[in-house]
Amino acid sequence: MIETRALSVALSGKPVLADISVALPKGRLTALVGPNGAGKSTLLMTLGRLLEPASGDILIDGRDLRAVPPRELALQLSILRQEGAIGPRLTVRDLVSFGRYPHSHGRLTAADRLEVQRAIDRLDLAGFADRYLDTLSGGQKQRAQIAMVLAQQTDVILLDEPLNNLDLAHARRVMRIAREEADAGRTVIVVLHDLTVAAAYADHVVAMKAGRVAAEGPSEEVISEEVLSRLFETDVSVAEVGGRRVVLTL
Amino acid sequence: MTLGRLAAPAALLLLAGVSIFTGVAALQWGDLWLIGVSRLPRTAAALLAGAALAVAGVIMQMLARNRFVEPSTTGTGQAAGLGIVAITLVAPAAALWVKMAAATVAALLGTALFLALVRRLPRRDPLLVPLTGIVYGGILGAAATFLAYERDLIQYVDIWMNGELSGVMLGRYEFLWAAGALAIAAYLYADRFTIAGMGEDTSRTLGLDYPRIVALGLLIVAGITAVTVVTVGMIPFVGLVVPNMIARLAGENLRRTLPQVAMAGAGLVLACDILGRVIRYPYEIPVGTILGVLGAVVFLWMLNARR
Amino acid sequence: MRAASALILAGLALAVACLAYLSLGARGDWGFVLMFRGARLVALLTVALAVALSTMVFQTLAANRILTPAIMGFDALFLLGQSLLVFTLSGVGVAALGAYVTFGLETAVMLLAALLLFGTLLRRGQDISRMILTGIVFGILFRSLTQLLNRMIDPNEFTMIQSAAFARFNNVPEGLTWITAGLTVAVGIWLMSKHRQLDVMALGRAASMTLGVDHDRQTRRLLAAVALLVSVSTALVGPIVFFGLLVSALAHGLAGSWRHAVLLPLSALLAGCILVASQTLFERVLHLQTSVAVVIEALGGLVFLAMILRRRKT
Repeated sequence: MIETRALSVALSGKPVLADISVALPKGRLTALVGPNGAGKSTLLMTLGRLLEPASGDILIDGRDLRAVPPRELALQLSILRQEGAIGPRLTVRDLVSFGRYPHSHGRLTAADRLEVQRAIDRLDLAGFADRYLDTLSGGQKQRAQIAMVLAQQTDVILLDEPLNNLDLAHARRVMRIAREEADAGRTVIVVLHDLTVAAAYADHVVAMKAGRVAAEGPSEEVISEEVLSRLFETDVSVAEVGGRRVVLTL
Repeated sequence: MTLGRLAAPAALLLLAGVSIFTGVAALQWGDLWLIGVSRLPRTAAALLAGAALAVAGVIMQMLARNRFVEPSTTGTGQAAGLGIVAITLVAPAAALWVKMAAATVAALLGTALFLALVRRLPRRDPLLVPLTGIVYGGILGAAATFLAYERDLIQYVDIWMNGELSGVMLGRYEFLWAAGALAIAAYLYADRFTIAGMGEDTSRTLGLDYPRIVALGLLIVAGITAVTVVTVGMIPFVGLVVPNMIARLAGENLRRTLPQVAMAGAGLVLACDILGRVIRYPYEIPVGTILGVLGAVVFLWMLNARR
Repeated sequence: MRAASALILAGLALAVACLAYLSLGARGDWGFVLMFRGARLVALLTVALAVALSTMVFQTLAANRILTPAIMGFDALFLLGQSLLVFTLSGVGVAALGAYVTFGLETAVMLLAALLLFGTLLRRGQDISRMILTGIVFGILFRSLTQLLNRMIDPNEFTMIQSAAFARFNNVPEGLTWITAGLTVAVGIWLMSKHRQLDVMALGRAASMTLGVDHDRQTRRLLAAVALLVSVSTALVGPIVFFGLLVSALAHGLAGSWRHAVLLPLSALLAGCILVASQTLFERVLHLQTSVAVVIEALGGLVFLAMILRRRKT
């Protein structure tokens, strides 16, 4: 379980998150939803220790995040960022192999290579595993980055808008992988824009607005007409189509 | 307002007075000779070079449409130096005005090439312009050093590249009046330079012959720089510090601000020269060195403060 | 395999250059020639190693291939420390300390200043143009301050440091050669032992933190190593601004690999090759005494301009 206590974060002096206290259940898929600029990515980056909180605590399984040494943390938690510019000219396989660095520190074992291949296959990248990233499309790059995160094989997986640039089929594939990881006992936290996707895949939803938590709870409770209409300040209806909830705006 | 207008010239006059009475030899009655031969020319040289370089800086900034450029960050000074080294190698006995002309032509070519380079840079990143200019100047300087090193001219290169006023005497600085004249010429075209600073399209819309005004500006900048380099050596950053300061205080309508730029430039160089004379008395510190420190600090501040 | 052949070729070329340097135009007693030229060859190779490694590591820290320590003003900083030392202790005082202690003190000043100035600059580094320009202007500031200090120093003592302001490859202070060579090799071995970690750091700060590399702490340590290497090269031959850039551009072009296991040794071999070969060419063949540094600098400067102009317009 990941818990935050009265967390607040400021970016270059301006407060972005205020008083965030959430409990994200272990072994579940949690969706972070909310309007643009609500602070979803900032919260995710802070959970991933890429941003320093101004005050408040983050606990992973009851342990203060700050107390975990970087090396150890990299074995527990991985994060997909939106800003994913990669400096050196790498192939897809090179990049995904870096996901194994926390385990093998650059000396890949046979088991590591197997894991890398598995991540590549899961994201349907086998066809261009040895192509350079700068020759790929945006969606292919995005999948390569997700594969790197998967290869890290951590108990906590943070994904910041993983569906960016992805086509329909691959978006579905990525969400299924996220679901599988959660079902395998990993804690998966995903920033999502598409509320229908959130309704379909998430167990737990945190709705954010203007740097604060607007609603938190099981998916069925938060993905409701009343909560969402208030959250986005526009009329939202939730319909049932083929046993699934679909979120519509009018 | 009238008082404010008088304040700047009065301060200049005061500085000039201080300059005339500052130096190694203590003045006594009857030392008018010393004043006439050394102190007055030195003071005049500082004022002329400062005013002209500040004006050259403003014009460069208008032509390149970038507030970080001036003759020492665009390769103009280094090109002038390269020109003198070349002419000295070819014709060591040439008259001073010939060398001056060679330096001007070299400065003109060097700066034109720089402007051509700048046009190829993406507009969105204004910092690339001075960056390119400094490195470009470094390459021209290296070329000058290379030529000079093999022919034992290196001490001359030092003199040309490091502005120093201690050698100024009657009969050795008069070319600087030409730099002053060029600065006045710039004032006559002040409006056109301001328009050029708004870009080629705006200039055309307003009926300006843009290539011609660019050529004219280049000529003025190259002339001022070459004359300064040959007579007293390169004085860096005057053209950067002064125009930016004035732009903050009074804007950039050159018709109005060019006189202020010229006066502030003159005052800055003279003040730095006086400082150089007293800071390590009786030795002298070159004005170029002092402005190098001061200018670099201001440059760093400009780069990093506005965020 | 391209990387392996590049390494082998560069190694062979370096060996040929070294042989040429030692043997061309040598007359008389071989033992004497070897002793005399050998010591200078060691100095040249030390400089090459120091410049190549410091540049490659710095570029990894900055996640950028245009920045080098010299462009960011490191060399100028070392010279400033040198002048500062003479200014505070007087020339006689510095002379009394001897070459080793002086070098130690200069390096200490350098380490401190580099960590203070560039540690924060690198952390902030988002806007590359601003960072490069800041570094270049820092360089100008350090050089001007050095000039200022030199003028404040008694003119009689001024001659002591005057000679240091210019890069010169043919007049290396011999006393420092062996100790700096040892230092450089030691730092080189340490860096090679970290080559996998450097691969990760090249991905950037956020990515390496996610992978469990304590980026800030490692940056400080590596920056200290860079400062040490720059001290070595500057103490031996004076400031050289664009040589490192030339070497790194070549190494990246030839290696076809992002692995520091290849990049570090390849850049060192290439640097040695260029330095020794051009020194041989200019000194022994063309008989031009002092211009190696100037020519290398001009070439490197052109590479720099080309890189800036060609840079993707992002």
